[in-house]
Amino acid sequence: MKSFDWARNEVLVFGVIVAFCVLAAVSDPNFLSIPTLIDLMRNGIVLGILAVAAMVVLVSGGIDVSFTAVAAFAMYTTTVILRDVAPDLPWPVAFAVATAIGAALGAINGVLIAVFGLPTLIVTLGTLSVFRGFLLTFVGTVQISNLPSGMRDFSRLMMIRGTNSDGSFYSLPWAFAFLVALVILTWFILNRTMLGRSIYAIGGAPESARRIGIDVTKTQMFIYIYVGALAGLAGIIHASTARIANPFDLVGLELSVIAAVVLGGARLTGGVGTLTGTLLGVALIVLVRNSLIVIGIPSTWQSVTIGALILLGTGLPAWQAKRAEARAA
Amino acid sequence: MTDTSAPLVTLEGVTKRYAAITALSEVDLTIRAGEAVCLAGENGSGKSTLIKVLVGVERPSAGRILFDGVPQTRLTPTAATRAGMQVIFQDFSLFPNLSVAENIAMTAERATGARLVHRRRARERAREVLDRIGVDLDLDARVERLPVAHKQLVAICRALAADARLIIMDEPTTALTEREVARLLDLIRRLKADGVAVLFVSHKLAEVLEVCEHVVVLRNGEKVADGPAETFDAASLTRAMTGRDVAETPPEPLDPSASDLLKVENLTKDGAFRDVSLTLRAGEVLGVAGLLGSGRTSLAKALFGLATPDSGRVTLDGTDVPLGDPIAAAGAGIGYVPEDRLTEGLFLEQSIARNIAVGRLEAHASGGVLNLRDLWEEAAEWLKRLSVKAPDPQAPVRSLSGGNQQRVVLARWMARQPRVLILNGPSVGVDVGSKAEIHAIISDLAARGLGVIVISDDLPELLGTCHRILVMKAGVITDEVAGGEGITEDDLSHRLAS
Amino acid sequence: MSRILHSTEGRLALITIVVFVLMAALSPERFLSPQNLTSMAFQFPEFAILALAVAVAMLTGGIDLSVVGAANLSAVVAALFMANVVGADGGAGMVALAFVMALCVGLVAGLFNGVLVATLGLPPILATLGSGLIFTGFAIAMTGGSAVMGLPSAAAWIGNGTILWIPVPLVVFALLAAALGWLMSRTSFGLKTRMFGANPLAARYAAMDTGAVLIKLYALCGMLSAVAGFIVMSRANSAKADYGSSYLLLAVLIAVLGGVNPYGGYGRIIGVVLAVLSMQFLSSGLNLLGVTNFAREMIWGALLIAVMLINTLAKRRTS
Repeated sequence: MKSFDWARNEVLVFGVIVAFCVLAAVSDPNFLSIPTLIDLMRNGIVLGILAVAAMVVLVSGGIDVSFTAVAAFAMYTTTVILRDVAPDLPWPVAFAVATAIGAALGAINGVLIAVFGLPTLIVTLGTLSVFRGFLLTFVGTVQISNLPSGMRDFSRLMMIRGTNSDGSFYSLPWAFAFLVALVILTWFILNRTMLGRSIYAIGGAPESARRIGIDVTKTQMFIYIYVGALAGLAGIIHASTARIANPFDLVGLELSVIAAVVLGGARLTGGVGTLTGTLLGVALIVLVRNSLIVIGIPSTWQSVTIGALILLGTGLPAWQAKRAEARAA
Repeated sequence: MTDTSAPLVTLEGVTKRYAAITALSEVDLTIRAGEAVCLAGENGSGKSTLIKVLVGVERPSAGRILFDGVPQTRLTPTAATRAGMQVIFQDFSLFPNLSVAENIAMTAERATGARLVHRRRARERAREVLDRIGVDLDLDARVERLPVAHKQLVAICRALAADARLIIMDEPTTALTEREVARLLDLIRRLKADGVAVLFVSHKLAEVLEVCEHVVVLRNGEKVADGPAETFDAASLTRAMTGRDVAETPPEPLDPSASDLLKVENLTKDGAFRDVSLTLRAGEVLGVAGLLGSGRTSLAKALFGLATPDSGRVTLDGTDVPLGDPIAAAGAGIGYVPEDRLTEGLFLEQSIARNIAVGRLEAHASGGVLNLRDLWEEAAEWLKRLSVKAPDPQAPVRSLSGGNQQRVVLARWMARQPRVLILNGPSVGVDVGSKAEIHAIISDLAARGLGVIVISDDLPELLGTCHRILVMKAGVITDEVAGGEGITEDDLSHRLAS
Repeated sequence: MSRILHSTEGRLALITIVVFVLMAALSPERFLSPQNLTSMAFQFPEFAILALAVAVAMLTGGIDLSVVGAANLSAVVAALFMANVVGADGGAGMVALAFVMALCVGLVAGLFNGVLVATLGLPPILATLGSGLIFTGFAIAMTGGSAVMGLPSAAAWIGNGTILWIPVPLVVFALLAAALGWLMSRTSFGLKTRMFGANPLAARYAAMDTGAVLIKLYALCGMLSAVAGFIVMSRANSAKADYGSSYLLLAVLIAVLGGVNPYGGYGRIIGVVLAVLSMQFLSSGLNLLGVTNFAREMIWGALLIAVMLINTLAKRRTS
């Protein structure tokens, strides 16, 4: 029985993706092509960054639902600041500002969770409202389509450009490199630094972590600040590549993001989660959101499909665990 | 190590007060390098406070702590760790989601102050420690998949990797089988030879006496006995811990005409127990002696429907009891008092009354509507009958002592008037006084015609309460002996372990 | 006084009164006006009922994130029936039939959650996250994502009518809250729910029918959601798959604000009612003071965090 753990979420999700692609290829031979792949990659950038952030929190045994509000807040506020104060600053400055704003908001979550020990779900539900309410009340509600020049410049940076057989264009923005870089950075932190191992340790057994002298408060502070920073970055990338800053964007995406992470095998109870799984989960969600029609399912069934995938992806391991427990008792 | 060198650890007149309660009162203790010391005491005797003071978690209200003869004025957990004090908690405090290597090396790696993970160095460190104690474990295995004894080894290795000079082991033998205890003792001897000191902290220490130089007994926060280990045996240790000899209440002799009540035929559960058959008669107290891992708990759970056997049959008064369904088992008249009272038995924050009534809410309700007065009155009645010292049935059950909590669980089942009651470790974590009273309840139940099954690794308890004792080893019932005077503890213990 | 402040509900009652008095003092002629009082009474019952559903799920240590999805699905089914089968001139009997249909849909949705949690052993957050998407998804698939309109005028009564000058939604909410309060404190089902929430393992060892309790409980949540959905539909005179999407957050917020322990075992319906009232007073008052919806959302969130902080700090001090 110890051979291959076929019920591992990574394997399951990978299998579903392959099955999806086979079905899609059968009904549309053009599906398996570079443009489709690039489309998928482009659509996965923001979702991917947010998912990486959400995974770090899940690994530590917490849950964050406020990151979309952080992203929207950082994105819109940065755009407004740039527009009103210094419209000619280059994009790296804009990105740095958004990241800093995100980190600052994350620090608020961090203080409430790490210092005061409030339950993570409730705190972040609260800060979700606060951040979003503050943004829409005090910063603005009007979408900005005339972006500052720096952000416009960034949106024109393309890694890959091409023309489809039918004459239409496809392209992959350099923003994708940010996703890759952040995945590598997060992988390095989680697996190659003592800090990262402490995050896994806290997620696995918080009391034990405290006993061997891990500073749980400090580690949690780092986690929520890091997540905030990633969310801020994801927000500004979203606005730049979409070429519009809409303060109503992004919020509402949080459950889909968490769904992607959980599909990828991260446990809600903490301590377990891989970046490979998370990225596979994101890929599957993006596929379903964009290409469901290709395999003959009308796009109105998107929600049902994602919901069913979540139930299957989490239900199978849960069901197995329950049976194993009954057997072991 | 010669006695002229300064002892590794010295406590002088250590006192710890919390508000009005004195948890420790002028305790002296000396531990030398390479020495094993037993710290014995009942629950609440001040053992855990002493550990906390020793590792800097709590500051003593009075007295001195010296490491290597140097007084420690402001002892912090970090300073204690740096001085080589390592505690192995009963739950081992490991990280179930991480690998063996990482668990072993983490404390030591953190101590180097490195910010990056040195995988090779960590693995080498783990390998080195495993070699040092002569144990072979898969470095990459996830700790959650290891058996208990291996988890303990990982915890010991972690302490050693962090340059432990004193390893404090909290209740080290509770979860181990006899063979594993023997292996642990071997390991302790090796550590001692290496110059590492060990402090055993437990209320069940007879089995580690042989590797100890020294025994210290605490009672109500005071040191009541202190001496070379050779001068103690299990009985004198108990007497010192409790301050009295424990009188057992053997059950009334079984009526020879008593009818068969519960019949278990060829019950088998893969990986847990095999081909178990037994008959329990009305009014009989049947003991099941087995070490942890012998299948005793699985068997109990299977009889109560908490686990589903693969094959076999259970009948009560000739009627089949459906397997794998606790509600059906309870309905048929079987009750189960679980081993782990705190997580399996009680709703700690809920009231005593609710904890008692939860077993038969339907009886207090008509059409689903509860008669709360009826529920409270019955609870109060039970508290009186079982002489639970509780201020108020409305108080949370958490506020009760271990012995009284156990009586609440008993009351819950007795209120249902079961035919058969299965008690798994009925006196685990109960002070000796309450223990005797719980035994009296057991023999009273039997006298009223119930069939009682007592599962325990506490042999004197089984010998003192049971008519008959079944010996369970590796999932199989290997032996049957008469209780009472029929057999000595030593004899039974040999049959268990051989 | 100090005894009142020691209990979560006591503090909450005080907050409710303070908010009411404050708002009344800030704009007396408008806040206390009959129009404002009735409009408040029409507004809050729909999300308050959802909050009751979430609170009940939280008592078991679980959560129901699918309440809004279940509410909309029930409303869409009822609306489709009324618009396509009954027609605009349908009578009260047909509306009642539609209401029963909505309840049945809610029941099925709740049973589905119950089976996922109790039988398959899914963590409630994930089970209801997934099922919520499925319920919403079905509602989208049935309607193509657009609103269902053309309801009979009789359907408007449940959301807009009055009984003895009391708004019907308020009456519905009051009845449901009273019934739930009684169910949770006075029946064996209610006590089992709390005991299960306090320690699921001990509940199993006490031979409690935990599976049945959970399934019934989620079924109850589903039916409460259906009632809320029907009121929303009646007030909007249409049903749509994404109505009230902000209500989920609000419902969780109210339940926690009402002192329900998200880890299970503790919570009282009266607390949820007080939380609803204080929220509504606050948001209406702020509305009258010219504060936008967005600022209200911010204040709600801040209130939630503040109450959690106070509860935690109060607990730390006592222990």
